[in-house]
Amino acid sequence: MENSNKKEVRLMKGNEALAEAAIRAGIKAYFGYPITPQSEILEYFTEQAPKRNFTVLQAESEVASINMIYGAAGAGARVMTSSSSPGVSLMQEGISYIATAELPCLIVNITRGGPGLGTIQPSQGDYFQSVKGGGHGDYKLIVLAPSSVQEMADFVFEGFKLAEKYRNPALILADGALGQMMEKLVLPEEGSLPHVTPDWATIGKTKDRERNVITSLHIQPEKMEAVNHHLQEKYKAMEQEVRFEEYFMDDAEIVFVAFGLSARICQKAVDIVREKGIKAGLIRPITLFPFPKQRIADAAQNAAGFMVVEMNAGQMVEDVQLAVNGKCPVYFKGRMGGMIPTPEEIAVELEAKFIHHEEEV
Amino acid sequence: MEANILDNLEVVYQKPETLTDTPFHYCPGCGHGVAHRVIMEVVEELGIQDQTIGVAPVGCSVFAYHYMNVDMQEAAHGRASAAATGIKRVLPDKYVFSYQGDGDLAAIGTAETIHTVNRGENILMVFVNNAIYGMTGGQMAPTSLCGQVTSTSPYGREATQIGFPLKITELIAQLPGAYFVARHAVHTPNAVRKLKKALKSAFEYQKLNKGTCFIEIVSNCPSGWKMNPLDSQKWIEENMFPMYPLGDIKVPGKSTTPSTENN
Repeated sequence: MENSNKKEVRLMKGNEALAEAAIRAGIKAYFGYPITPQSEILEYFTEQAPKRNFTVLQAESEVASINMIYGAAGAGARVMTSSSSPGVSLMQEGISYIATAELPCLIVNITRGGPGLGTIQPSQGDYFQSVKGGGHGDYKLIVLAPSSVQEMADFVFEGFKLAEKYRNPALILADGALGQMMEKLVLPEEGSLPHVTPDWATIGKTKDRERNVITSLHIQPEKMEAVNHHLQEKYKAMEQEVRFEEYFMDDAEIVFVAFGLSARICQKAVDIVREKGIKAGLIRPITLFPFPKQRIADAAQNAAGFMVVEMNAGQMVEDVQLAVNGKCPVYFKGRMGGMIPTPEEIAVELEAKFIHHEEEV
Repeated sequence: MEANILDNLEVVYQKPETLTDTPFHYCPGCGHGVAHRVIMEVVEELGIQDQTIGVAPVGCSVFAYHYMNVDMQEAAHGRASAAATGIKRVLPDKYVFSYQGDGDLAAIGTAETIHTVNRGENILMVFVNNAIYGMTGGQMAPTSLCGQVTSTSPYGREATQIGFPLKITELIAQLPGAYFVARHAVHTPNAVRKLKKALKSAFEYQKLNKGTCFIEIVSNCPSGWKMNPLDSQKWIEENMFPMYPLGDIKVPGKSTTPSTENN
């Protein structure tokens, strides 16, 4: 009886769980370049590729990687790349082209502390880059923010599903800690994500159809504006995919908003302040685009205030402020440059702002 | 009745079906049109239209997909060979070619060019060298000749300041991944015939999976060079060929010594 429902439980690093999930999701190819703290992804693929049915290529740069993704995704294949912050910066031109040519693919950013060459420790400093475009022009990625090794694996499937549904690149925004830490997880089932070569793919023009062209160039401004309108309508339609998780929100008076690793730390901070009788809760955006702005706006109706916790100088807090729209105070607690806040320091900050009413420094 | 006048004429030459009916946007006398046509004639003659995917660059030939009647992708500036790599790696049985200018292939895309060939990607790279940035208005290219006047080298290219013309075709011919490397031109019917023969071989070689085929086409830019088409052809012979001699540079089964054959 037990065997028939037996789940495949494994203990894995976040990076390896993500790579294994991608193979199980049926990727046709992976193109990437080594960079800490995500090199295990490329290493895992190069080790597995000869035994399983996919192609892996270590490119000469992240610039080349993302353009290989452009080519392969344009040829209708399910493909992905991964990198970490400086490398993802190098990919931005290509991502803009991919978004405009409407090529589904998965991009993974295992973020490290910046700006510049920065550190190799975890950070959430690439939020703006991920959700506000990142490269040139008006475009959006579907952005998923895992907060566990389980989600590192699951969101590969979610990312491909959404990318292919909307013909749009999807991005997994995790951080170095999620990539490096080991946790128990249930691996997704191999072959459970069917893939059909789309009819727009460049696979060779047969007599019965016009040629397929993958391009982001529309030199006439009227045409380019029409393309932009189409993209904006698509991004609007994506709003229905919004995903978030709540923790102790039923009676919450003070609302934490945090994503990824910060959200896990905030859960503990909620526990700490609840023991002191402070009614705190947590909203964890899972999709950073689309952003759960309606849920936050609803919470703002009855909340005493918000505290946004990020491993950056304050990026998502701007989206929370937009959603709260002045209904109540929104405070921010951040650590930068690869530093991770502790639950205790978050609890202290919350008490300082909401119990002792200390002014913002 | 005049409409029937053509009925009595024998068709001896016509546009291949692998070219669309869209008129070329290229300037009068430009070599791109001939180069497009020859490549597409080869695709038609080999009967591989349904198995061919082309990659267009940024530059004058950015709209190559308006004319070439095969599935095509428009790549970012310099990245055509990376995009072509991506296509070929997921469609290894198809014929994949990139079509790139000098700025695209030998300046901004130098890294992609060298590494694509070094991996021996089983693709054809067509490199159109007209020693100038045509699309952006006649700026200096990596292959512009010493002393050549352009809009960004108004006193002539000065090697001590900006370096020498980059002979990237000879450079990549040194790489083990290069299988067939040749330099041709489109300035005379005879040159076009030789180019076509080389292109045919290059497409056929893709099936052997032996490495990258790379064909440079030394071409002209009457507008950028500020010459009439006839003068530009003469300028090619007198100035371009001494620096970029035509002929095979690396031939399968032969030594890699560059040929200096010139016509």
